[in-house]
Amino acid sequence: MPHIDLKNDLPGIRSALAFSPQTAEPLGQLAEILLRSNEGLTRAERELIATYVSYLNDCFYCHHSHGEIACIYLDGNSQLVEQVRKDFNKAAISEKLKSLLAIAAKVQQGGKFVTETHIEKAKQNGATDRDIHDTILIAAAFCMFNRYVDGLATNTPKDMSSYPLRAKQVAERGYGNHMYTEKQPTQTI
Amino acid sequence: MFRPETGKHLYELAQILLRSESPLTQAERELIAAYVSYRNDCTFCWSSHAAASRCLYGDEKNIVDEVLKDMQRSNVSDKMKALLTIAGKVQILGTEVKPEHIKAARELGANDREIHDTVLIAASFSMYNRYVDGLATLTPTDPAVYEEMGKRMVKGYIMPPQTTT
Repeated sequence: MPHIDLKNDLPGIRSALAFSPQTAEPLGQLAEILLRSNEGLTRAERELIATYVSYLNDCFYCHHSHGEIACIYLDGNSQLVEQVRKDFNKAAISEKLKSLLAIAAKVQQGGKFVTETHIEKAKQNGATDRDIHDTILIAAAFCMFNRYVDGLATNTPKDMSSYPLRAKQVAERGYGNHMYTEKQPTQTI
Repeated sequence: MFRPETGKHLYELAQILLRSESPLTQAERELIAAYVSYRNDCTFCWSSHAAASRCLYGDEKNIVDEVLKDMQRSNVSDKMKALLTIAGKVQILGTEVKPEHIKAARELGANDREIHDTVLIAASFSMYNRYVDGLATLTPTDPAVYEEMGKRMVKGYIMPPQTTT
Protein backbone atom coordinates (compact mmCIF):
# COMPACT_ATOMS: atom_id res chain seq x y z
CA MET A 1 0.00 0.00 0.00
CA PRO A 2 1.35 3.46 -0.84
CA HIS A 3 2.64 5.57 2.08
CA ILE A 4 0.13 8.33 1.31
CA ASP A 5 -3.38 8.43 -0.18
CA LEU A 6 -2.58 9.06 -3.85
CA LYS A 7 -6.31 9.18 -4.65
CA ASN A 8 -6.01 6.72 -7.55
CA ASP A 9 -5.07 3.08 -8.08
CA LEU A 10 -2.64 3.55 -10.96
CA PRO A 11 0.65 1.63 -10.94
CA GLY A 12 4.10 3.02 -10.03
CA ILE A 13 5.06 6.47 -11.15
CA ARG A 14 1.73 6.95 -12.89
CA SER A 15 0.00 7.18 -9.51
CA ALA A 16 2.45 9.84 -8.28
CA LEU A 17 2.11 11.84 -11.52
CA ALA A 18 -1.69 11.77 -11.21
CA PHE A 19 -1.46 12.91 -7.57
CA SER A 20 0.69 15.89 -8.52
CA PRO A 21 -0.04 16.96 -12.13
CA GLN A 22 1.88 20.22 -11.75
CA THR A 23 5.19 18.42 -11.20
CA ALA A 24 4.14 15.65 -13.63
CA GLU A 25 4.48 18.13 -16.48
CA PRO A 26 8.25 18.84 -16.30
CA LEU A 27 8.94 15.24 -15.20
CA GLY A 28 7.17 13.86 -18.27
CA GLN A 29 8.87 16.32 -20.60
CA LEU A 30 12.26 15.50 -19.14
CA ALA A 31 11.66 11.76 -19.68
CA GLU A 32 10.44 12.44 -23.21
CA ILE A 33 13.59 14.34 -24.22
CA LEU A 34 16.01 12.01 -22.46
CA LEU A 35 14.48 8.71 -23.57
CA ARG A 36 12.81 9.43 -26.89
CA SER A 37 15.50 11.46 -28.62
CA ASN A 38 17.25 9.61 -31.41
CA GLU A 39 20.18 12.00 -31.66
CA GLY A 40 23.46 10.40 -30.66
CA LEU A 41 22.22 7.54 -28.53
CA THR A 42 19.38 5.40 -29.86
CA ARG A 43 16.11 4.98 -27.97
CA ALA A 44 17.08 1.39 -27.16
CA GLU A 45 20.40 2.54 -25.68
CA ARG A 46 18.67 5.24 -23.62
CA GLU A 47 16.12 2.78 -22.25
CA LEU A 48 18.88 0.28 -21.44
CA ILE A 49 20.67 2.94 -19.36
CA ALA A 50 17.37 3.70 -17.57
CA THR A 51 16.73 -0.01 -16.97
CA TYR A 52 20.23 -0.65 -15.68
CA VAL A 53 20.24 2.30 -13.24
CA SER A 54 16.75 1.35 -11.98
CA TYR A 55 17.96 -2.21 -11.48
CA LEU A 56 20.95 -0.97 -9.45
CA ASN A 57 18.54 1.17 -7.42
CA ASP A 58 16.46 -1.95 -6.77
CA CYS A 59 13.35 -0.28 -8.19
CA PHE A 60 11.24 -3.22 -9.35
CA TYR A 61 8.57 -1.16 -11.09
CA CYS A 62 11.02 1.03 -13.02
CA HIS A 63 13.52 -1.63 -14.10
CA HIS A 64 10.77 -3.91 -15.35
CA SER A 65 8.86 -1.10 -17.05
CA HIS A 66 11.91 0.32 -18.85
CA GLY A 67 13.27 -3.15 -19.54
CA GLU A 68 10.08 -3.92 -21.47
CA ILE A 69 10.27 -0.64 -23.38
CA ALA A 70 13.92 -1.35 -24.30
CA CYS A 71 12.81 -4.82 -25.40
CA ILE A 72 10.35 -3.32 -27.89
CA TYR A 73 13.07 -1.14 -29.45
CA LEU A 74 15.32 -4.23 -29.56
CA ASP A 75 12.73 -6.22 -31.54
CA GLY A 76 11.85 -8.43 -28.59
CA ASN A 77 15.37 -9.34 -27.52
CA SER A 78 14.59 -9.70 -23.82
CA GLN A 79 17.70 -11.81 -23.32
CA LEU A 80 19.89 -8.84 -24.15
CA VAL A 81 18.01 -6.65 -21.67
CA GLU A 82 18.51 -9.27 -18.96
CA GLN A 83 22.20 -9.57 -19.83
CA VAL A 84 22.64 -5.80 -19.45
CA ARG A 85 21.02 -5.95 -16.00
CA LYS A 86 23.09 -8.87 -14.79
CA ASP A 87 26.50 -8.23 -16.41
CA PHE A 88 26.61 -5.70 -19.21
CA ASN A 89 30.28 -6.43 -19.91
CA LYS A 90 29.24 -9.81 -21.29
CA ALA A 91 26.29 -8.44 -23.28
CA ALA A 92 26.29 -8.21 -27.07
CA ILE A 93 26.37 -4.41 -27.06
CA SER A 94 28.91 -1.93 -28.43
CA GLU A 95 32.05 -1.03 -26.48
CA LYS A 96 30.75 2.54 -26.52
CA LEU A 97 27.54 1.56 -24.71
CA LYS A 98 29.53 -0.55 -22.24
CA SER A 99 31.66 2.42 -21.27
CA LEU A 100 28.55 4.62 -20.99
CA LEU A 101 26.85 2.04 -18.75
CA ALA A 102 29.99 2.08 -16.59
CA ILE A 103 29.56 5.87 -16.23
CA ALA A 104 25.86 5.42 -15.43
CA ALA A 105 26.76 2.94 -12.67
CA LYS A 106 29.11 5.50 -11.14
CA VAL A 107 26.45 8.21 -11.28
CA GLN A 108 24.10 5.81 -9.49
CA GLN A 109 26.60 5.64 -6.62
CA GLY A 110 27.11 9.40 -6.59
CA GLY A 111 28.19 12.15 -8.98
CA LYS A 112 31.72 12.29 -7.60
CA PHE A 113 32.36 8.64 -8.47
CA VAL A 114 32.61 9.56 -12.15
CA THR A 115 36.31 10.07 -12.91
CA GLU A 116 38.34 11.38 -15.85
CA THR A 117 39.30 7.78 -16.63
CA HIS A 118 35.67 6.76 -17.18
CA ILE A 119 35.08 9.75 -19.45
CA GLU A 120 38.29 9.17 -21.41
CA LYS A 121 37.41 5.53 -21.98
CA ALA A 122 33.96 6.44 -23.28
CA LYS A 123 35.48 9.01 -25.63
CA GLN A 124 38.01 6.47 -26.93
CA ASN A 125 35.07 4.19 -27.69
CA GLY A 126 33.47 6.91 -29.76
CA ALA A 127 31.15 8.63 -27.29
CA THR A 128 30.60 12.33 -27.93
CA ASP A 129 30.22 14.99 -25.22
CA ARG A 130 26.52 14.90 -25.93
CA ASP A 131 26.35 11.10 -25.42
CA ILE A 132 28.20 11.46 -22.10
CA HIS A 133 25.97 14.34 -21.02
CA ASP A 134 22.81 12.41 -21.85
CA THR A 135 24.07 9.26 -20.10
CA ILE A 136 24.82 11.22 -16.92
CA LEU A 137 21.49 13.00 -16.98
CA ILE A 138 19.50 9.79 -17.71
CA ALA A 139 21.29 8.04 -14.84
CA ALA A 140 20.76 11.02 -12.50
CA ALA A 141 17.10 11.34 -13.52
CA PHE A 142 16.47 7.68 -12.74
CA CYS A 143 18.05 8.19 -9.32
CA MET A 144 15.16 10.64 -8.92
CA PHE A 145 12.35 8.64 -10.58
CA ASN A 146 13.29 5.45 -8.68
CA ARG A 147 13.28 7.30 -5.35
CA TYR A 148 9.98 8.99 -6.16
CA VAL A 149 8.35 5.64 -6.98
CA ASP A 150 9.73 3.68 -4.01
CA GLY A 151 9.88 6.58 -1.54
CA LEU A 152 6.08 6.78 -1.75
CA ALA A 153 5.75 2.96 -1.91
CA THR A 154 3.57 3.25 -5.02
CA ASN A 155 1.68 0.19 -6.28
CA THR A 156 3.88 -2.33 -8.03
CA PRO A 157 1.85 -4.60 -10.31
CA LYS A 158 2.69 -8.24 -9.61
CA ASP A 159 1.07 -9.36 -12.87
CA MET A 160 4.13 -9.35 -15.12
CA SER A 161 1.98 -9.54 -18.27
CA SER A 162 0.86 -5.96 -17.58
CA TYR A 163 4.36 -4.54 -18.11
CA PRO A 164 4.64 -5.18 -21.88
CA LEU A 165 1.20 -3.56 -22.35
CA ARG A 166 2.22 -0.32 -20.70
CA ALA A 167 5.58 -0.51 -22.49
CA LYS A 168 3.82 -0.71 -25.86
CA GLN A 169 1.76 2.35 -24.94
CA VAL A 170 4.90 4.33 -24.12
CA ALA A 171 6.80 3.11 -27.20
CA GLU A 172 3.89 4.22 -29.40
CA ARG A 173 2.90 7.45 -27.69
CA GLY A 174 5.79 8.59 -25.52
CA TYR A 175 5.89 9.93 -21.98
CA GLY A 176 2.92 12.28 -22.18
CA ASN A 177 0.17 12.81 -19.63
CA HIS A 178 -1.93 10.12 -21.35
CA MET A 179 0.04 7.76 -19.08
CA TYR A 180 -2.05 8.82 -16.10
CA THR A 181 -5.10 10.58 -17.53
CA GLU A 182 -6.32 7.76 -19.80
CA LYS A 183 -7.56 4.26 -19.13
CA GLN A 184 -4.69 1.85 -18.52
CA PRO A 185 -3.91 -0.56 -21.36
CA THR A 186 -5.33 -4.04 -20.92
CA GLN A 187 -4.92 -7.29 -22.78
CA THR A 188 -7.22 -7.60 -25.77
CA ILE A 189 -8.39 -11.15 -26.10
CA MET B 1 24.26 25.84 -20.92
CA PHE B 2 25.21 22.60 -22.63
CA ARG B 3 21.68 21.42 -23.35
CA PRO B 4 18.97 24.07 -22.91
CA GLU B 5 16.13 21.71 -23.92
CA THR B 6 16.62 19.58 -20.81
CA GLY B 7 17.71 22.63 -18.77
CA LYS B 8 14.33 24.24 -19.31
CA HIS B 9 12.45 21.39 -17.62
CA LEU B 10 15.00 21.09 -14.82
CA TYR B 11 14.46 24.78 -13.99
CA GLU B 12 10.68 24.38 -14.20
CA LEU B 13 10.78 21.45 -11.81
CA ALA B 14 12.89 23.38 -9.28
CA GLN B 15 10.60 26.41 -9.58
CA ILE B 16 7.48 24.32 -8.90
CA LEU B 17 9.00 22.27 -6.10
CA LEU B 18 10.72 25.12 -4.29
CA ARG B 19 8.68 28.22 -5.12
CA SER B 20 5.09 27.25 -6.04
CA GLU B 21 2.17 26.43 -3.72
CA SER B 22 2.94 23.92 -1.01
CA PRO B 23 1.94 23.57 2.64
CA LEU B 24 5.69 23.69 3.35
CA THR B 25 7.27 27.15 3.40
CA GLN B 26 9.89 28.05 0.77
CA ALA B 27 12.49 28.22 3.59
CA GLU B 28 11.60 24.66 4.66
CA ARG B 29 11.73 23.35 1.11
CA GLU B 30 15.14 24.96 0.49
CA LEU B 31 16.28 23.40 3.76
CA ILE B 32 15.26 19.93 2.54
CA ALA B 33 17.16 20.59 -0.71
CA ALA B 34 20.26 21.76 1.20
CA TYR B 35 20.05 18.82 3.64
CA VAL B 36 19.86 16.19 0.87
CA SER B 37 22.62 17.91 -1.13
CA TYR B 38 24.81 18.03 1.98
CA ARG B 39 24.31 14.31 2.52
CA ASN B 40 25.18 13.76 -1.14
CA ASP B 41 28.35 15.80 -0.60
CA CYS B 42 27.44 18.15 -3.45
CA THR B 43 29.16 21.39 -2.40
CA PHE B 44 27.70 23.57 -5.13
CA CYS B 45 24.12 22.46 -4.41
CA TRP B 46 24.21 22.48 -0.61
CA SER B 47 26.04 25.79 -0.39
CA SER B 48 23.67 27.55 -2.75
CA HIS B 49 20.43 26.07 -1.35
CA ALA B 50 21.59 26.67 2.22
CA ALA B 51 22.19 30.32 1.25
CA ALA B 52 18.69 30.55 -0.26
CA SER B 53 17.20 28.93 2.85
CA ARG B 54 19.06 31.32 5.21
CA CYS B 55 17.73 34.25 3.19
CA LEU B 56 14.17 32.91 3.48
CA TYR B 57 14.41 32.08 7.19
CA GLY B 58 15.52 35.67 7.92
CA ASP B 59 15.96 36.10 11.68
CA GLU B 60 15.87 32.33 12.17
CA LYS B 61 18.61 31.67 9.63
CA ASN B 62 20.78 29.81 12.17
CA ILE B 63 18.39 26.88 11.82
CA VAL B 64 19.94 26.06 8.45
CA ASP B 65 23.47 25.56 9.74
CA GLU B 66 22.21 23.77 12.84
CA VAL B 67 20.35 21.27 10.64
CA LEU B 68 23.36 20.67 8.42
CA LYS B 69 25.56 20.14 11.47
CA ASP B 70 23.22 17.91 13.50
CA MET B 71 19.60 17.78 12.40
CA GLN B 72 18.26 16.01 15.50
CA ARG B 73 19.75 18.57 17.88
CA SER B 74 18.77 21.61 15.79
CA ASN B 75 16.03 24.07 16.68
CA VAL B 76 13.90 23.10 13.69
CA SER B 77 10.34 21.92 14.55
CA ASP B 78 9.70 18.27 15.37
CA LYS B 79 7.50 18.00 12.28
CA MET B 80 10.38 19.22 10.10
CA LYS B 81 12.73 16.78 11.84
CA ALA B 82 10.37 13.95 10.87
CA LEU B 83 10.21 15.21 7.27
CA LEU B 84 13.99 15.66 7.09
CA THR B 85 14.31 12.09 8.37
CA ILE B 86 12.17 10.94 5.43
CA ALA B 87 14.31 13.06 3.08
CA GLY B 88 17.43 11.42 4.52
CA LYS B 89 15.98 7.97 3.82
CA VAL B 90 15.06 8.97 0.24
CA GLN B 91 18.63 10.19 -0.19
CA ILE B 92 19.85 6.67 0.60
CA LEU B 93 17.18 4.94 -1.53
CA GLY B 94 13.41 5.03 -1.98
CA THR B 95 12.91 1.62 -0.41
CA GLU B 96 14.54 2.91 2.80
CA VAL B 97 11.40 4.92 3.59
CA LYS B 98 9.41 2.70 5.95
CA PRO B 99 5.85 3.01 7.28
CA GLU B 100 7.20 4.03 10.70
CA HIS B 101 8.90 7.11 9.22
CA ILE B 102 5.63 8.15 7.61
CA LYS B 103 3.69 7.42 10.81
CA ALA B 104 6.09 9.54 12.88
CA ALA B 105 5.70 12.49 10.47
CA ARG B 106 1.92 12.16 10.48
CA GLU B 107 1.75 12.08 14.27
CA LEU B 108 3.63 15.39 14.30
CA GLY B 109 1.07 16.91 11.95
CA ALA B 110 2.51 16.28 8.46
CA ASN B 111 -0.14 15.76 5.77
CA ASP B 112 0.00 13.74 2.54
CA ARG B 113 0.97 16.74 0.44
CA GLU B 114 3.85 17.63 2.74
CA ILE B 115 5.11 14.05 2.67
CA HIS B 116 4.78 13.95 -1.12
CA ASP B 117 6.63 17.22 -1.57
CA THR B 118 9.39 16.13 0.82
CA VAL B 119 9.89 12.84 -1.06
CA LEU B 120 9.95 14.52 -4.47
CA ILE B 121 12.30 17.32 -3.38
CA ALA B 122 14.66 14.75 -1.86
CA ALA B 123 14.40 12.55 -4.99
CA SER B 124 14.97 15.48 -7.35
CA PHE B 125 18.08 16.60 -5.46
CA SER B 126 19.35 13.04 -5.74
CA MET B 127 19.22 13.85 -9.45
CA TYR B 128 20.48 17.46 -9.45
CA ASN B 129 23.44 16.57 -7.21
CA ARG B 130 24.48 13.71 -9.48
CA TYR B 131 24.07 15.84 -12.59
CA VAL B 132 26.22 18.63 -11.16
CA ASP B 133 28.98 16.38 -9.78
CA GLY B 134 28.79 13.73 -12.53
CA LEU B 135 29.79 16.38 -15.06
CA ALA B 136 32.35 17.86 -12.61
CA THR B 137 30.90 21.34 -13.09
CA LEU B 138 32.71 24.39 -11.74
CA THR B 139 32.26 24.77 -7.96
CA PRO B 140 33.07 28.22 -6.51
CA THR B 141 34.83 28.16 -3.11
CA ASP B 142 34.15 31.73 -1.92
CA PRO B 143 31.16 31.78 0.52
CA ALA B 144 30.28 35.32 -0.66
CA VAL B 145 29.53 33.92 -4.13
CA TYR B 146 26.92 31.57 -2.62
CA GLU B 147 25.39 34.33 -0.52
CA GLU B 148 24.72 36.35 -3.67
CA MET B 149 23.51 33.21 -5.46
CA GLY B 150 21.08 32.51 -2.60
CA LYS B 151 19.59 36.01 -2.92
CA ARG B 152 19.02 35.49 -6.65
CA MET B 153 17.54 32.01 -6.10
CA VAL B 154 14.96 33.41 -3.67
CA LYS B 155 13.51 35.39 -6.58
CA GLY B 156 12.89 32.18 -8.51
CA TYR B 157 14.40 29.55 -10.77
CA ILE B 158 14.31 30.99 -14.25
CA MET B 159 16.62 29.63 -16.91
CA PRO B 160 19.20 32.26 -17.91
CA PRO B 161 18.78 33.52 -21.49
CA GLN B 162 20.85 31.52 -23.96
CA THR B 163 23.55 33.34 -25.86
CA THR B 164 24.17 32.06 -29.33
CA THR B 165 27.80 32.00 -30.32
